Amino acid sequence: MSILLDENTRILVQGFGRAGAFHAQQCAEYGAKIVGAVHPGKGGSTQDGTPIFNTVREAVDAVQPTASIVFVPAAGAADAVIEAADGGLELVVCITEGIPTRDLVKISFALKGGKTRLIGPNCPGIISPGKSKLGIMPGYIHKQGNVGVVSRSGTLTYEAVGQLTPLGIGQSTCIGIGGDPIIGTQFVDALKLFNEDPDTHAIIMIGEIGGSAEEEAAAFIKEHVKKPVAAFIAGRTAPPGRRMGHAGAIISGGKGTAAEKVAALEDAGIAVAPTPADMGSTLASLL
Amino acid sequence: MKIHEYQAKGVLRQYKVPVPRGEVAFTADEARQIAEQLGGRVVVKAQIHAGGRGKGGGVKLADNPDHAKELAGQILGMTLVTHQTGPEGRLVKRVLIEETLPIERELYLGIVLDRKLERPVLMASSEGGMDIEEVAAKTPDLILKEAIQPGIGLMPFQARRLAFGIGVTGDAVKGVVDAMLALAAAYEATDANLLEINPFVITTDGRAVALDAKMDFDDNGLFRHPDLVELRDLDEEDPLETDASNFSLNYINLDGNIGCMVNGAGLAMATMDIIQHAGGSPANFLDVGGGANADQIKNGFRIILSDPNVKAIMINIFGGILRVDVLAQGVVAAAKELNIKVPIVLRLEGTKVAEGKKILEDSGMNFTIAANMKEAAQKAVAAAS
Repeated sequence: MSILLDENTRILVQGFGRAGAFHAQQCAEYGAKIVGAVHPGKGGSTQDGTPIFNTVREAVDAVQPTASIVFVPAAGAADAVIEAADGGLELVVCITEGIPTRDLVKISFALKGGKTRLIGPNCPGIISPGKSKLGIMPGYIHKQGNVGVVSRSGTLTYEAVGQLTPLGIGQSTCIGIGGDPIIGTQFVDALKLFNEDPDTHAIIMIGEIGGSAEEEAAAFIKEHVKKPVAAFIAGRTAPPGRRMGHAGAIISGGKGTAAEKVAALEDAGIAVAPTPADMGSTLASLL
Repeated sequence: MKIHEYQAKGVLRQYKVPVPRGEVAFTADEARQIAEQLGGRVVVKAQIHAGGRGKGGGVKLADNPDHAKELAGQILGMTLVTHQTGPEGRLVKRVLIEETLPIERELYLGIVLDRKLERPVLMASSEGGMDIEEVAAKTPDLILKEAIQPGIGLMPFQARRLAFGIGVTGDAVKGVVDAMLALAAAYEATDANLLEINPFVITTDGRAVALDAKMDFDDNGLFRHPDLVELRDLDEEDPLETDASNFSLNYINLDGNIGCMVNGAGLAMATMDIIQHAGGSPANFLDVGGGANADQIKNGFRIILSDPNVKAIMINIFGGILRVDVLAQGVVAAAKELNIKVPIVLRLEGTKVAEGKKILEDSGMNFTIAANMKEAAQKAVAAAS
């Protein structure tokens, strides 16, 4: 089994420009069931066999998607995410980077209490190896298996998977939850799902400086998770007060440092990899 | 994007936040003129993008216009060192000349994003004029908070709750409440990241006034505010970082000697960490983004090498979909064009890795190829020492 995404997930692509069309093709080649795309103004046409609609509601009526992936540029991305929720989709993955914080607050407000789960924004998406891919990650580095991967960083997720697969350790599902200060699915949400998934036997979480999501995750793991958990925190050398690429990766007011996060994780009995090169071996040592 | 205090007060004035009368001066003569127009005693305040200006000697009281000219003459051109500027300090090129006010109480008001609540919060404290981070650490009970909901904004009852909560009484309550509502409106309308008034004062005649103002805007929201973009002061930014931002490169200058070029923010941070773990020190953070095309690589090299401390460069690319052979061609072309002499250690993953490594080996240049990230860091540290 896997979480949130499998071969039956029916996917709608929102924002079918060059990047959207390219990555939709890559997802389809991996086995994802792409059922349509929304690109206002191109409705009624088809591209590479994919039917295009003007609105999410039209697409829902015609092709019954259950999930979507958003490539809409930053200025319109919040609108697209909220439109997907309005259309009743269960899962929305937002790849878009650079969404204004004010729009992130709007997304948070609009999705609160509803049935739509958001992954991202500013994330690589989600992949259930061997089943389906709803994201921009390179599919070939993955291997089907029993480790759940959850990370705030895209390339560090690839790095972790790139270390696990050669060790013969496959993955149940890998989720990049995104680098923005407000995101949909948090570490705790992903950990909860992995904890409940019988086919996930161990978990690796990759955090970074900024905010307190890793500390909350540590508390959750300590109380609820019986499966082995490995972790890595990026940004031990990051200077305070600077945004390290991700809008959410900032030490502010002395809070959100790597040292605090590592301490919280270790206190919860989680094995923290000393360097990013040791993520795979740290997890392997727990199996 | 940060702006100067006088600019922030200009923005706040548009949203009907009460601020002292005053104007910016670039010369001592201008300072004198402004002081004359204001009449009476004035305060001369250095304008730099850093706090702690008073303690550093950048804020002074002048009794009359000639005195204002004299003080402005001293402050303009001085290198102001505060706890936020670092030891090298910041050159003062502008001063704000402002009326003085009879202060009865100093309060603190600030608006920031609360990541846990996923809403902006207005924070208020009776401890105005103090370092708010210190107040938060020592006496967190003295900071009250109200979340600002999208759509409806800050409600008057929330502002009243804060005002009464921090001990504002009598006629001043209305002024403080109105100012809080105006500040919340300004924060929302300008896509601000941070809006801080420290101190926010109540005068002896009962007026509520923003005596200081600090604003920092969300870079991702600036496309909606061409008027605010014009307030950017490049003198206050690291020239290398400005240069990088013009090529969509995310660069932060640090004080080590190993230049880093990495795709992805998380991996870029982790690369800095592993360099330190190997006993070295990173010279910069540089995220070239997911694409890492030839032009970005060239400009990345150019910017890294503008830092004279750089003794070696570590390139760490986990390409995935990216083709390593294409990347390698870009690296070779850029290294030749820029005549790079420092050793370059590369760790490359992605499709067509073998072809990419061959291109680097056949180039006849000073490239070292590492099998993994750890080895790359060790080789880069050895090359730099």
